[in-house]
Amino acid sequence: MAHTATTSKGMTFGEAGSALAFGALAFLSIIIAAKAYTPEYAFHAYLFAAASVASVFVIVNRYYERPAALPPLTINGKPNYNMGPVKFATIASVIWGIAGFTIGLLIALQLAFPSLNFDTSWLSFGRMRPLHTSAVIFAFGGNVLIASSFYVVQRTCRARLVGDISPWFVVLGYNFFIVIAGTGYLLGITQGKEYAEPEWYADLFLTIVWVTYFLVFLGTVMRRKESHIYVANWFYLAFILTIAVLHLGNNATVPVSIFSPKSYIVWSGVQDALVQWWYGHNAVGFFLTAGFLAIMYYFIPKRAERPVYSYRLSIIHFWSLIFMYIWAGPHHLHYTALPDWAQTLGMVFSVMLWMPSWGGMINGLMTLSGAWDKLRTDPVLRLMVVSVAFYGMATFEGPLMSVKAVNSLSHYTDWTIGHVHAGALGWVAYISFGAVYCLVPWLWNKKELYSMKAVSWHFWISTLGIVLYISSMWVAGILQGLMWRAYTNLGFLEYSFIETVEAMHPFYIIRALGGALFVAGSLIMAWNVWKTITSAEAAEEEALPAQPVLVAAE
Amino acid sequence: MSFWSRHKIFETNSIILVIGVLFVISIGGLVEIVPLFYLKSTIEKAEGVRPYTPLELAGRNIYVREGCYNCHSQMIRPLRDEVERYGHYSLAAESIYDRPFQWGSKRTGPDLARVGNKYSDEWHRDHLNDPRAVVPGSIMPSYPWLEKTELDMSSVAEDMKIQAMLGVPYTEEMLKLAESDVRIQANADDPNAVDLAKRYPNAQSRTFDGNPQKITEADALIAYLQMLGTQVDFKLYDNKANVR
Repeated sequence: MAHTATTSKGMTFGEAGSALAFGALAFLSIIIAAKAYTPEYAFHAYLFAAASVASVFVIVNRYYERPAALPPLTINGKPNYNMGPVKFATIASVIWGIAGFTIGLLIALQLAFPSLNFDTSWLSFGRMRPLHTSAVIFAFGGNVLIASSFYVVQRTCRARLVGDISPWFVVLGYNFFIVIAGTGYLLGITQGKEYAEPEWYADLFLTIVWVTYFLVFLGTVMRRKESHIYVANWFYLAFILTIAVLHLGNNATVPVSIFSPKSYIVWSGVQDALVQWWYGHNAVGFFLTAGFLAIMYYFIPKRAERPVYSYRLSIIHFWSLIFMYIWAGPHHLHYTALPDWAQTLGMVFSVMLWMPSWGGMINGLMTLSGAWDKLRTDPVLRLMVVSVAFYGMATFEGPLMSVKAVNSLSHYTDWTIGHVHAGALGWVAYISFGAVYCLVPWLWNKKELYSMKAVSWHFWISTLGIVLYISSMWVAGILQGLMWRAYTNLGFLEYSFIETVEAMHPFYIIRALGGALFVAGSLIMAWNVWKTITSAEAAEEEALPAQPVLVAAE
Repeated sequence: MSFWSRHKIFETNSIILVIGVLFVISIGGLVEIVPLFYLKSTIEKAEGVRPYTPLELAGRNIYVREGCYNCHSQMIRPLRDEVERYGHYSLAAESIYDRPFQWGSKRTGPDLARVGNKYSDEWHRDHLNDPRAVVPGSIMPSYPWLEKTELDMSSVAEDMKIQAMLGVPYTEEMLKLAESDVRIQANADDPNAVDLAKRYPNAQSRTFDGNPQKITEADALIAYLQMLGTQVDFKLYDNKANVR
């Protein structure tokens, strides 16, 4: 390390190293761009080159601007938190959220009115749907997770984030990955695996970002001033680790050439199917569940000003949740060519998974005991509590749908879509909105949000949207499943496939209406966040208690 | 009391917590996934299943590129209505050369596992151009650019080479002739079609998109669709062969 106690200014190892690495990446990208097999891939290579050159510039410029000494770890005995990357990711999540919900609305409308595909490749459903799922899961959800984890780990460990450039690399690199992935789908670059569509080079880049994320997080945990690691951090850690394992397993591909965007996966057929759903279901279990449970474990107690309901319950449900989730993947493959025993294992574990899931729900909800009255007065807390209720509902519906007999009806229908959105809109998005509404005033040192009334409007409009969405998809899915298997009394299939498609039309319109309400709610949030940052009343210095309200161990 | 206090080791030691998490999450995946590489029912070969021809492979890549799997499954379940609607239930052996697998998870449109030879080439061409021209109630997007875009076959041999490396039985000869095999298969009455059918049994050769002037993406995609699910002759298939 070049940085010592002396006043002489020198580049740190991190600054010099990352500037060199980005320089090399820029060089490599330009070579790839020049020899790329397809113009789409060349475009991506140029994006990489431009981003790398910009990174070198920013790193060097930052070096000249900064004082000789790096920011201190503590100021007057208080931790000197690094909130810049948290702020960036928070804003990014709001923007990506609106983008992702809006694309969702568009594809919902495309299913009702196919002319909205506009006969162009870029806007056709098959390319827009991965754009929607990635935008909401990875762009919106991912930024919420990165922002909240970097906030929570600093606060609960009372330590500054490890690294100087690396936290920024995590945030900016992750968002650059999103841009590469999203533009790739529009240009037809995809691996064709659900929720793992980005091609090999994007995956490789994400791996580097993710390992850095893990190291920054773990390093900060190790720097903690508290003896115990707070429960939210167990969940964050399990989320980061498991996503890394899943990502590597499901994206084990061999590129056709370094100059080609295309790659082929080392698994094939039935093995690929199970690896995919081992990944796919645990993207739900660890990205959309463990990560957001971590948010629940920090933000709900904080907002309700109550300790976590049960420490023992959190231990039991943490270990049983992460143990059981991994087994549940095969329920996506009921009655397929996957061996029966694997399907049965998947089903059994999915049903058992109900218990740890509800353990988490109970721990979240009961944290409010003694503070239930706050639901009436605090719409932010209301958002988060309703999200936990939706979590409970979705994690009851999930085990139900994983039972083979139910699955034979529900699989391949819109019931699955409804189930996913009960979880994604009700649980993930609501707990995220709650976290954003908490974070923005804390990060920008404001007394409170600009408008609590707007939060209330957001809550009610989007709740109505969710109700329309999931109830229309329940009806659509069950109707579709029943029509597919309906027989006439002469023993013939009663409906042709296209009749079952036509029957979906009214429900697709109701669903789109629900989606539109959800988009409207998110726009209200964006406005409120903007006004809070620009014009809400400033808080007094250090409005936050430095100590989390919760005690990990008895 | 003593039981709960033992958890302290995870709460006070981040590396032990990391190791504990990794251990706990490994078990399920290992138990479920590893056997699939050894079990008879998942690595069985079925008579007739062969690697994709270069043209079919190119078509499959277009299928993947356009995200067809978002709305179409390729997996017929052994349920009465599905078998009657779509045909014999799908075998694991039928997707051994599928990288990635395209079983799908949603049927906004019908299953395609056995769509091969059910409709004419003309029907597919018209349907891809404008689905509502042949199926009025369809909500599928139109794909008019497919029959206008010439097929890029410059890397098809390289694609096959990578697959061969991963275990797909493409021979040296197949790799060498990849590009010319595309032309043979997309051409009506090519004298070399017999040779092609020797390399790839039952490969269908003709002008799939109705335009003999050029080989388009529609040619490739239709060639792929027309072979889907046609390889195994179920009159000869012994479904007890792999029952233990």
